[in-house]
Amino acid sequence: MNRIVAKTGFSQDPAVWMMQVEAPQIAKKAKGGQFVVLRINEQGERIPLTIADTDTDKGLVTLVFQEVGKSTAALGLLEVGDEILDFIGPLGKPTHMENYGTVLCVAGGIGIAPVHNIIRELKKHGNKVITIMGARTKELLFWEDKMRAISDEVYVTTDDGSYGRHGLVTAVEQELLEKDRDQGDINLVIGIGPPIMMKFVAKTSEPFGVKTLVSLNSIMVDATGMCGACRVTVGGVTRFVCVEGPEFDGHQVDFDELMTRQRIYVEQEKAAMELFRQQHGHVCDGSCGGNDGGVS
Amino acid sequence: MSAEKKQKIPRQPMPEQDPQVRARNFQEVPYGYSPETAMLEASRCLQCKKPKCVEGCPVNVKIPEFIALIADGDFVGAARKLKETNALPAVCGRVCPQESQCEAKCVVGKKGEPVAIGRLERFAADYERNQGKVSKPSIAPPTGKKVAIVGSGPAGLTCAGDLVKLGHDVTVFEALHKTGGVLVYGIPEFRLPKDIVQAEVDYLQSLGVKVVVDYVVGMLDTVDELLENFDAVFVGTGAGLPMFMNIPGENLNGVYSANEYLTRSNLMKAYLFPEYDTPIVKGKKVAVFGGGNVAMDASRTALRLGAEKSYIVYRRSRAEMPARDEEIHHAEQEGVDFVLLANPMSIVGNDDGWVSGVECIRMELGEPDESGRRRPVPIEGSEFILEVDTVVVAIGNGPNPLIPNTTPGLELTRWGNIVADEESGKTSRKGVFAGGDIVTGAATVIMAMGAGKKAAVAMHEYLTEM
Repeated sequence: MNRIVAKTGFSQDPAVWMMQVEAPQIAKKAKGGQFVVLRINEQGERIPLTIADTDTDKGLVTLVFQEVGKSTAALGLLEVGDEILDFIGPLGKPTHMENYGTVLCVAGGIGIAPVHNIIRELKKHGNKVITIMGARTKELLFWEDKMRAISDEVYVTTDDGSYGRHGLVTAVEQELLEKDRDQGDINLVIGIGPPIMMKFVAKTSEPFGVKTLVSLNSIMVDATGMCGACRVTVGGVTRFVCVEGPEFDGHQVDFDELMTRQRIYVEQEKAAMELFRQQHGHVCDGSCGGNDGGVS
Repeated sequence: MSAEKKQKIPRQPMPEQDPQVRARNFQEVPYGYSPETAMLEASRCLQCKKPKCVEGCPVNVKIPEFIALIADGDFVGAARKLKETNALPAVCGRVCPQESQCEAKCVVGKKGEPVAIGRLERFAADYERNQGKVSKPSIAPPTGKKVAIVGSGPAGLTCAGDLVKLGHDVTVFEALHKTGGVLVYGIPEFRLPKDIVQAEVDYLQSLGVKVVVDYVVGMLDTVDELLENFDAVFVGTGAGLPMFMNIPGENLNGVYSANEYLTRSNLMKAYLFPEYDTPIVKGKKVAVFGGGNVAMDASRTALRLGAEKSYIVYRRSRAEMPARDEEIHHAEQEGVDFVLLANPMSIVGNDDGWVSGVECIRMELGEPDESGRRRPVPIEGSEFILEVDTVVVAIGNGPNPLIPNTTPGLELTRWGNIVADEESGKTSRKGVFAGGDIVTGAATVIMAMGAGKKAAVAMHEYLTEM
């Protein structure tokens, strides 16, 4: 059950991995935008990860994750042939699919993976897809070829200018929306990446009045609506990301609250990571700091 | 022994961990009866010809009969007698509100204190398990009928146990990674050790019940898809949707639903962090909103996680608290502070987005409301701030919407509960039965078990007539 059949390192610092997991029932049911919750061992926490891809024929679910804390670091230590103790899904609502016309997809960091899954379905529905993919630096970019293969146009950015265009994804977003202002072809923006990026993707599109979907990465426990850990304010109303999301109208999301809530366990995560490093001699410079408890 | 003599024997107390000590550990609070004490307590039973206690039990446990066996020293026999009607006696002996059910009807209790039925039930079940004398009941020959049970809480487990004994092929689907529902995620270890729940599940599996964990019905197969492979479905998905107060500040860091707080501690074992990976905020000053058993569990958990102050904030007075007397008493003994007749108005935060206090208003009791309890009315100008760093909202749960939302044609109440016949668990959908909190709203373990039992009878009938 839940055997890892493939593992590829995308980058080393921070460590980003792609894993394919045998989960035929989930692979059969999962749609773009949904996620799984997994637990590595009896002592493990339940962590949500967005589904990056599925292979229904082979019964595989693809995940792309970055090591940001103990649980993802421990997941990164698993090898092909290892089994993940608990693998639960698909969870969350799938991305609503229809022919929107032109969709502008903005993907940052490991957000590139779930966006790929969504683009594939957008294309099936006859959409024109313009993709902006960005990362801090060249080493952290992946799947450019896959993105080019399924998107109509692709723009690549790096924050440090080591590859593609020097700058942030939002700069390209701004230009494309301005260029489109008169035609009005772009009817939807989908932004997936770190919360701060999604916040500015939404801020950028707002003056243009283009509907913007973001996929939120709240902390979760059961992820079936039972605990409320993932709650976030959307349009002034508290919503549960696990069952009502993970996608919401980016113009309505209180990103500052989301980011504050993501820091709840920073201290504990640091302590756990420290202990983990002592036990495993794991190479990590400790700069990761962040928390594991969110969809990434 | 004459009735008079019996009445002279006092109700036997159950030894407990010292409150000061236990408030800092997660081990079970009471130790349980010794065989001698159990026999003495059992001898207090008058063995009524028409036992009222049985009427007070939602699953009609044969109370005088099992107590007579204990009085005779046949403890294993007593456990088997219990299991004829109750699949989970070790659980019920611990968490049932006996004082409002069986023991409330006990004739001995009319003049003095009732027979300690719950403590005896617990004793017999523990004795059988600890002695390794658990035996299997006879199982009817296979009927060839397949049943899916959605949710492995008290309703589902009871239903599964009864149906497997009748020869049906039973599979229980659980969304979490562990079986037991509220018994494992909600009720703390110090009130119901998880080994006991696991032993009950193991027992059901030994009878042939199949258990599938990590399976979210509605997201993987829907109820309709299950019906393609199963002849009938029982939905016992519980009250898994936490309610909040809808007051300002509820999304501040350090505010939990009771479900989250207890799930982190119980199911995920956050109290053992960092040995276990799931963290929890170990507040120094914790306020729990609510006056039910869940609120007591949360406030007592806070103490065990190291809180210096653990408050219960409740808008009525102690007399109106829905929690069991025993739970309130245990919480008081352990040092929980009761801030009664106070209603939270808002949660106050600091610049970093963390809870720093709760603004409350004093209440007084006015005229009785629909529930018969006196309605709390705010006293103008009586606002005050309770300084805390953690808040747990324990004001109840709604029905989990996963099954209702993914099962077309399933009739629901306006609150989203499944409409099911009280006697049979029949829903508006053919072959779909339901029971427990998903039907009634948050109630007790034994009520859910009673519903699971009734549904099992009706499902057996349905499967037989198919």
